[in-house]
Amino acid sequence: MKPAVPRASRSQLAIMVERVIEGLVYICGISAIIFVFGIFFFVFKEGAPFLAKLNFTEFFFSKEWIPTSSVQPKYGIGALIVGTVSVTALAMLIAVPFGLGAAVFVSEFCTGKTKETLKITIELLAAIPSVVWGFIGLSVMSPVIISVFHVPVGVNLLNAALLLALMSVPIMVSIGEDALKAVPDSYREAGIALGATKWQLIYRVLIPAAKNGLLAAVLLGVGRAIGETMAVLMATGHAVNIPDSIFDPVRTLTATIAAELGETSHGSPHYQVLFLIGVVLFSITAVVNLAADFIVKGIKRK
Amino acid sequence: MTTATLNPPAAAGVDYAITTRDLKLWYAKFQALLGITCNIKKGQITSLIGPSGCGKTTLLRCFNRVNERYGYVTTTGEIKLLGKNIYDPDVSLIELRKSIGMVFQRPNPLPISVYENVVFGLRIHDEQGLKKSDYDDAVEKALTEVGLWNDLKDRLQMKATGLQLEQQQKLCIARLLPLKPEIILMDEPCSALDVGGTRAIEELMFALKGRYTIVIVTHNMAQARRASDECIFMLMGELIEHTLTTEMFVTPKNQKTAEYIEGRYG
Repeated sequence: MKPAVPRASRSQLAIMVERVIEGLVYICGISAIIFVFGIFFFVFKEGAPFLAKLNFTEFFFSKEWIPTSSVQPKYGIGALIVGTVSVTALAMLIAVPFGLGAAVFVSEFCTGKTKETLKITIELLAAIPSVVWGFIGLSVMSPVIISVFHVPVGVNLLNAALLLALMSVPIMVSIGEDALKAVPDSYREAGIALGATKWQLIYRVLIPAAKNGLLAAVLLGVGRAIGETMAVLMATGHAVNIPDSIFDPVRTLTATIAAELGETSHGSPHYQVLFLIGVVLFSITAVVNLAADFIVKGIKRK
Repeated sequence: MTTATLNPPAAAGVDYAITTRDLKLWYAKFQALLGITCNIKKGQITSLIGPSGCGKTTLLRCFNRVNERYGYVTTTGEIKLLGKNIYDPDVSLIELRKSIGMVFQRPNPLPISVYENVVFGLRIHDEQGLKKSDYDDAVEKALTEVGLWNDLKDRLQMKATGLQLEQQQKLCIARLLPLKPEIILMDEPCSALDVGGTRAIEELMFALKGRYTIVIVTHNMAQARRASDECIFMLMGELIEHTLTTEMFVTPKNQKTAEYIEGRYG
């Protein structure tokens, strides 16, 4: 008699392979989580011993960063935080109008070949290594800034902000375009059928409808700008300084770590403080990214 | 074709809202309308019926030239709305669309408040600087007309996309009214609604009839029969028969019309 249900005919080996692949895929899936927590744990662990000795007020608010002094080292990252924030803010002031404008242009005004070419080119902008950006800042932008604005130094807040703006535009365009593309076409038709002009359609219908996605695009751009290291190290002037104008040199948290970590001895207070700066940075970018993520989730749920 | 005999020629002394002459339309290479000539009477409800892909929605979307937003559409022939050829070079698309309202298959209120939805048209066409009170009046009037005022008067700031579908569709009609359109085009306005919603929209159509010329595309033959004065039957991009609704459903002249309304195909 034949069994009602045919027996599995696959070999033991095939079943084993299946299990192994399943396991591997699972590991790939959760590896990102492991790495994120692993990195945070490692960075925190390296910096933690110094926490006991740390004066938090001084750490966050003092602008005196003299970590290598043999007499009285000072670990105030106030100026560095101001540096990071000011460079990022200025970069965003430049990048947001450009990035979102480009997103609107790509999504609403371009079709076919132009659209594809433009998207690929903009994404290519994201592929330029940051050290090359830094190089451009040093050798191209710096002389331009000196001659245009008649200032003594060309490596300054403005220079770095321009570079960061260019570096964060691609992500804004691509996320912003996605957000606009996600606006149902029926909204456009509603506006058009009521006689809206293209511009009215954009600012009365599309921008309100896509505002969460556009905000997420901006936040991801901010995250990109805060975390950037090499270009700002080369273009800010790298001076611990609270800037009075956009032509003053500044120094960022990221550049400080990059420039100094190699010269500290393992386990020294300076070394530990640099790791604490890493924790501060990590916290800032995590908050920005999570905020962007929650906002994007908000879009999908609708 | 025998369309000429089944399509009444424009009669003297009758007011027509829309007349088309040999209207042809191509989506890229595909010809969707094969020369439509029709006369749609002013102040009446005319329904466009026919199986999917027959070109009825395409024809409807010609009347406010919204088809043209896709770059690959070519149109030839003539469409006159209230005596004016809408393909004349001096026609402003903005003004054209202001005077012709459109209701879509799925209710598509904008993701802003009920209030802003109703005044959207006024705001984008505002040239003389309307006051807040003008807007308030327009909202009350339009919502009263579609029967939403009592339900929504305390919730005007609520997001319109959160309303029930029936209310959304009524709102989509209400937002046309402040612009005082001559013609309202409806593209299967009830297909997303339940029985009650469908009835409500049909009643609204009756209430609006006379002041507005209504052209409605529908898949639902019972609806065409209930709700329209005249009926246009289309098939494969051609106008097969255009006659009074009462005649079409009782004594269709064309064999294909008869078969369609009997439900032999479609």
